[in-house]
Amino acid sequence: MALRGNLRDFTVIQLLNLINLAKKTGTLVVDGPNEQAHVSFRDGRLSYARIGNEDNRLASILHRASRLTVNQYRALIERAGHVSDKELGLMLINAGYIQQDEILTSLQAYYTDVVRRLFTWVEGFFRFEPNLLPPDDRITVRIELENIIIEGARQLREWEQLQDEIPSLDMALKFTDRPLKNINLSVEEWRVVSYINPKNTIRQIAAANKMSDLEIRRIVYGLLQAGLVEIVRPEGIKPPTPVRTFPSEDREEQKSLVNRLIGRIRSL
Amino acid sequence: MQTVKMVVTGPFNAGKTQFIRSVSEIDVVSTERKLSTREERSIKDMTTVAMDFGRITVDEDLVLYLFGTPGQKRFDFMWEILSEGMLGFIVMVDSTRPETFREARSILETFRAYAPTPYVVAANKQDKEGAWDVEDMRHALRLDAKTKILPCVATDRESVKEVLLALLYSILAEIESDE
Repeated sequence: MALRGNLRDFTVIQLLNLINLAKKTGTLVVDGPNEQAHVSFRDGRLSYARIGNEDNRLASILHRASRLTVNQYRALIERAGHVSDKELGLMLINAGYIQQDEILTSLQAYYTDVVRRLFTWVEGFFRFEPNLLPPDDRITVRIELENIIIEGARQLREWEQLQDEIPSLDMALKFTDRPLKNINLSVEEWRVVSYINPKNTIRQIAAANKMSDLEIRRIVYGLLQAGLVEIVRPEGIKPPTPVRTFPSEDREEQKSLVNRLIGRIRSL
Repeated sequence: MQTVKMVVTGPFNAGKTQFIRSVSEIDVVSTERKLSTREERSIKDMTTVAMDFGRITVDEDLVLYLFGTPGQKRFDFMWEILSEGMLGFIVMVDSTRPETFREARSILETFRAYAPTPYVVAANKQDKEGAWDVEDMRHALRLDAKTKILPCVATDRESVKEVLLALLYSILAEIESDE
């Protein structure tokens, strides 16, 4: 029977567990809220991953992992943009730029990170394609899934807690009266703080800082716990118009009605 | 005949059904079912799955309905439906179970997003051993100084009346501030 379904019924962690236990080979295609991810496995081990339109070519991955400088990266794209990842890898090793294990470590870190990002996808559809394998020109790796699954389960619990704390990213933040003095914030926290304004939603702040839902929730949660910010409705966004609450629009009639209610409750 | 409604919400086993029972003039129309999980059954046997429904007749022209929401998150699809057209809402919190405070905060935020109507927080089970102090609960629930949090014993009609009156005064204040 085809392995396909809805992430509401079957989480990414459960899928990884199944792939691991059944030692499956193929590609898990996940259609998330905004993008699609392809995660490939060989004999139940993670071998390759791609998410949305993100550039997952070797040069880009090495640049992101700080194994290549910006100039080296640009030069590679210009001069060797047409070569495959496998060829590029060999060229870099032969030229003495990088060791083979550095390439593999960077790829493993990137593919694992893609899977980690999927842990926060709770809406969407998945299907497992046994015949869909990574492109031939890409370098594949072999990563055991057990640790990823354990980490994912931990992250899922954190994600659920953060969702309880910050149910919507469409709300904005505003500073409380507590001054931002003598407070040690990380670089990421400062980046978020610099965008805090009742006009910016949390989602917009995340997009501006290229942060995932989990990352922005973690930071906002920390700022909330420290009492530095509070969640407010974004400025300019009208609150949802409540379905008519009072039988009359007239203020005096509304006050009269509430006073009648007060009188009645008192007399109970 | 005019009808208005208020909603009583809060986490599982906070005392919402009892709160409505204490002041309703009719037997509360309750849609309770046996609990499905062992963990929940260790706390109580039955829970509200759709809503509780109580009534207070004010006079021949006006009736107040009290709706109690189901506490468990898996029934939260009912919350938005129940919140439509409410004058205001009460968030019930079990003062003896700090492990539910985070969920209470989340429910409060969710209802605030549904409708920007006045609300109060009822720190229920204040008569029980181990009940948190109301002001400590204010901090734990991250309520600002303006938000009303009231001690409550849902089995005591006078206590329930105090909470309802506090909400009605907030509603009145809001009408006056809009003028």
